Amino acid sequence: MHPAFSVLLFTTLSGAGYGLLLWAGGLILLPALQGRTPANGATVLLWCVLLLLGLVLTTVGLLSSMFHLGKPMRAWRAFSQWRTSWLSREGVFAVLTGLVVVAMLVLLVTGSLWPVIPVLAALMLLLSLCTIASTAMIYASLKPIPAWRHPLVVPGYFVFAMLTGWLVLMALVNWSALSDQALGVIVLVTFALAIVTALLKLVYWHRIDRQSLGATRGDAVGLPGRDVEVFERPNTQANYINREMGHVLARKHARPLRAISLLLFAVVPMVAAWLAWANPQMAGPVFTLGALLALSGTLVERWLFFAQARHLVTLYY
Amino acid sequence: MTDLPPPSKKKLGLVIDLDTCVGCHACAVSCKEWNAGGFAAPLTDEQPYGKDPSGVWFNRVHSFEVAATEGCASSATPQPAMTLHFPRSCLHCETPACVTVCPTGASYKRAEDGIVLVDEDKCIGCKLCSWACPYGAREYSEVEGVMKKCTLCVDRIYNENLAESERQPACVQACPTRARHFGDLGDPESKVSKLVAERGGVDLLPQLGYQPVNKYLPPRPRRTGEATATAPQDETLDTAALPPMLRWLDRILSR
Repeated sequence: MHPAFSVLLFTTLSGAGYGLLLWAGGLILLPALQGRTPANGATVLLWCVLLLLGLVLTTVGLLSSMFHLGKPMRAWRAFSQWRTSWLSREGVFAVLTGLVVVAMLVLLVTGSLWPVIPVLAALMLLLSLCTIASTAMIYASLKPIPAWRHPLVVPGYFVFAMLTGWLVLMALVNWSALSDQALGVIVLVTFALAIVTALLKLVYWHRIDRQSLGATRGDAVGLPGRDVEVFERPNTQANYINREMGHVLARKHARPLRAISLLLFAVVPMVAAWLAWANPQMAGPVFTLGALLALSGTLVERWLFFAQARHLVTLYY
Repeated sequence: MTDLPPPSKKKLGLVIDLDTCVGCHACAVSCKEWNAGGFAAPLTDEQPYGKDPSGVWFNRVHSFEVAATEGCASSATPQPAMTLHFPRSCLHCETPACVTVCPTGASYKRAEDGIVLVDEDKCIGCKLCSWACPYGAREYSEVEGVMKKCTLCVDRIYNENLAESERQPACVQACPTRARHFGDLGDPESKVSKLVAERGGVDLLPQLGYQPVNKYLPPRPRRTGEATATAPQDETLDTAALPPMLRWLDRILSR
């Protein structure tokens, strides 16, 4: 499949944004569940910054996704078909999440209605989960692309959202001096997320390399069992189908690109966490750089996700 | 609405005979000609006379080489190698994923006759429908920013300004070998349904479950007697059996 850069940027940024909102929701809910009100103004300020950054990341992501549309001015129509279309559902959930985040920001800044905040945080958590699931299902529901139908695709989108959202959170909170205990927890969580994500991706790559298309060229032309070879293509120059579905560049360079992305999204965050643990006064810059590199690694991973996926229509060519 | 309508009684579609198709591309060309001015107009071309021409076609004719077989799922008897000409266009599926994935309601399946169409005024050009189609039936127009597809010549088949005999898709009318047939595949008594039953018409990629309405008639089994089975022999000449005159000529000419 042809990797449209705007779509790669969108899933990377909005993934990190919804991941950040998930962690922010957790941070807000935790004291509320323990029956505590926020300790001081600094905590509320941190929440506001997290929510605002989550809103910016998801909004920039959504706007960038509009650039791959042929008619961006009609994008509002995409909210209408939520009953059948995962793309439509994604749009609806994204807008609802955004509205809840804005409501929380307004309430936090004006300092009113404190009891409503945890309820809204829970709602935001749920809606963010739904948005990530919808994004993943857009791909996982497409039967002509077996690599996207794989059961690890949906969990993959969740772990990447959790990992990149966590790293963005770390890039923010580590600029203030944290206790050794807090840093210890941070290192553990970073290692756990990076290892889970790397393992999931390694298993996924291993599986799709050995996956068959599930159909032969004989099936595609109605002669199952016969050995069919292309003799003459219908078009002398590449057409839309060849350009959009028949992308071969990535399969040639898959190995180094996989290594690069794994290094950036899994190894770099672990090194950053270890450096921050060894040198707490360096934690801020180290985690910021680590988060940026991990996001670029995610971008490479998304590129591979598209470029390596074979579409059944390629059987005809 | 991208909800699918309840299955229609009438299922208009095409039956394509792979036995008689000669791969002349007349159907593709006449489709392009009619639809450049019809319901889905324009059928944009980019740089049609330039170095790298590109354009939207609803119908494309592939040619394949089919290897000889000793017998397989689609043919019990041994079959020689052959060329297969294969016109590919929208199959107007019974459960088309291209319709249900559409976020805007631009793609729809008509409740009355099952034709799958795009309302280009609603299409946002997200291309998701083309990803959902394993048959490559949908082509995006870069110039207009919307998705295009076969309309089954909806603007011909009901067109009262045309003579009754011309109320059929342009590709069907153009076919010089009558390899394309148009009709109601929902009616078991229709000519096309009987043809499918008689010739063992098949669905393409039935395992995906989109239930294509269009059917393909596989090539009729080729005769497989000794004449086709034995390869041409080397020519040998038994000079001893020749009359003396010709034997002498052979000897002179062989020098």
